[in-house]
Amino acid sequence: MIVQETKSKELILEMLKDVKKIFLVGCGDCATVCEAGGENDLKNITEFLESEGKKVTGKIVPDTSCHIPDVKMGMKKHAKELEDADAIGVMSCGAGVQSLGTLYEEKIVYPLNNPLFLGNTERFGQHVEYCSACGECRIDQFGAICPVTRCYKGILNGPCGGVNNGMCEIGNDTPCAWVLAYERLEKQNRLDNLKEPVQSKNWAAHLRPMRHLNPSNIKKMEEKAAKRAAKEAQKGK
Amino acid sequence: MKTVREAFEAGEFIITGECGPPKGTDIKEMLHHAEGMVGCVHGINVTDNQSSVMRIASLPVCKMLLDLGHDPVFQITGRDRNRLAIQSDLLGAHILGIRNVLCLTGDGVQAGDHKNAKPVFDMESVQILQAVDSLNNGKDMAGNDLKGSTGLFPGAVVTPESNPIEPQLMKFEKKVGAGAKFFQTQAVYDAENFKKFMKYARQFDTKVMAGLVLLTSAGMANYMNKFVPGVTVPQNLIDRMKEAGKEKAIDTGIDIMCEFINETKDSCDGVHIMAIGKEELVPEIVKRAGLA
Ligand code: SF4
Ligand code: SF4
Repeated sequence: MIVQETKSKELILEMLKDVKKIFLVGCGDCATVCEAGGENDLKNITEFLESEGKKVTGKIVPDTSCHIPDVKMGMKKHAKELEDADAIGVMSCGAGVQSLGTLYEEKIVYPLNNPLFLGNTERFGQHVEYCSACGECRIDQFGAICPVTRCYKGILNGPCGGVNNGMCEIGNDTPCAWVLAYERLEKQNRLDNLKEPVQSKNWAAHLRPMRHLNPSNIKKMEEKAAKRAAKEAQKGK
Repeated sequence: MKTVREAFEAGEFIITGECGPPKGTDIKEMLHHAEGMVGCVHGINVTDNQSSVMRIASLPVCKMLLDLGHDPVFQITGRDRNRLAIQSDLLGAHILGIRNVLCLTGDGVQAGDHKNAKPVFDMESVQILQAVDSLNNGKDMAGNDLKGSTGLFPGAVVTPESNPIEPQLMKFEKKVGAGAKFFQTQAVYDAENFKKFMKYARQFDTKVMAGLVLLTSAGMANYMNKFVPGVTVPQNLIDRMKEAGKEKAIDTGIDIMCEFINETKDSCDGVHIMAIGKEELVPEIVKRAGLA
C-alpha cells in the first residue's frame, strides 16, 4: 500500500489561495485505509474548505485513483461539476494526482496529500516501510529483511558503526536492519550467507521512470505483431 | 620518518594523527596544527565532511599536508559520492601522490548541518575497499581497463565496543577479505576490552591501530557516551576528569591516553590519536606516551 497523509490545513490553504471553486477526488484504496482520501475524509475537507469561503463543486472517490481508465469512467457523471471548478484537489498518492492531470490537462490539479512510502501494515492503522521496489529483490540473502529499505544507509555488507544497542543511528526507535538480519540468519543457521561481500547494487534495475507490461499483455502484443507481419507478407506476394 | 606503509611493513609501532578541515577557506590554523605534527606521526588522517558537517574536501587538504612533509591518510566515505565519483577521486588521490586511503561508509546526513541533503550511499566501506583493490589492479568496478593503475594502501575502521558485537565482527572480517591492510578503531577507552578484541583480530592478516580520542572534560566524556554510538567512556575515567577540574583537565586527559597506550601497545600495531581541536598537543602526547 502507498502510505500517505493529508497535508496540514495551513499548507492546503496556502496552496489553494487563488482557488475559489474546486472539485475533490479521493481514492477508495490506499488513501482510504490511511484515513486520507475516503468518503469521510473528503467530507471533512469539504467542510473545512467551505468554512474558508471556497466552493466544492463536487466530489468522487474512485475505487483506485491510480487506475486511469477507471477514473475516467467514474468521472463521466461529474462532467458538469468539473466544468464549474477552477481546480481539482486530489486526496491520494501522487499517482492518483497524475491520473487526473493526465485526463484533464486544462485543469490545475493540486495534491492534497503527501505520499510517504510503500508500506506494510503492522496492525490496524500502523504502517512501516519494508520495501522500496528497487527493481531487483534478493533479500533471501539477508533473512528476508531488506537492507535497501530498512537500513537508513541501504548498505549491503553488514552494519555501519552507528548501531547503538541494536538500534539505528538515526534514532526514531528504529532497529538496525543489520542486527535484525544477523539475528534471523543466526536462528536459521545461515550466518555463512553474510561471509561473502555483496557487490554494489545494480541501480540500472530501477531507472526512472519505470514501465511495465503484464506477461499476458506482452503475449498479446507479440501475437498482434505476428499477425501484422503475416499480413504484410501476404500483401508483398 | 617512515610513511604509514613503510612503518607497517617494517613492523614498527605506528602513530597517526588527524586533521578536520575547517568550514570555509581560512585554513591557516589547521595547517599550523598539522605543521606541529610533522616528524612525530607517521601519517595524518584528513576527515571527509566529518559528522556530515560540510567543510573543505579532504582530497585537496591531503595534498597540502603532503606538501608539508606528511604522509596523509585520505578518508573517503560513500555518503556524498556515487561509484563514479568515488573511483575518480581515488584516481585523483593517486596522481597527487596520496597513498593511504581510509574507506568508510560515512555518517548519516541527519547528524550534520545539511539535514535535508540526499544521502548517497551507493557504496559502503566494504565495496569501497573492493574498488580500491580493483583500481590497484588496473580495472575499474565495471571491469574496464585503466590506463595506469593506482598504488593505494587501503585501510578501514572497526568499532570494538559496538553493541551487539557479532555483526560488527562479521563486517570486520569482510573488510579484511576486501583488502583492508590496516584498521583504525573507533575511540576506545577500556584497555581490557580492547585487548580482548585484539586477541580476536590477531587471527587475521591485517594491522590494527587503537583509536584514541583525547578527553578534555567530564562533560565531553558524558556527551560521547550519550551521543556517539559504539563509544563507551568508563565511569572511573569520567570521575577522574571531574576531579581534575578545569585547570588539570587536559593534563588528565593526556595521562589517561598515555596509560591506555602503555597498557595496550604490546597487543596492537599502533595508535591513531584524535585530539579534536587540540592537535597542537599531539607532539606532547607522543612524547609523554614514550613513543617519540
Ligand atoms: S531488495 Fe528490498 S527494496 Fe528491493 S525489491 Fe526487495 S524488498 Fe523491495
Ligand atoms: S545503524 Fe544499522 S540500520 Fe542504521 S544505518 Fe547503520 S547499518 Fe543501517
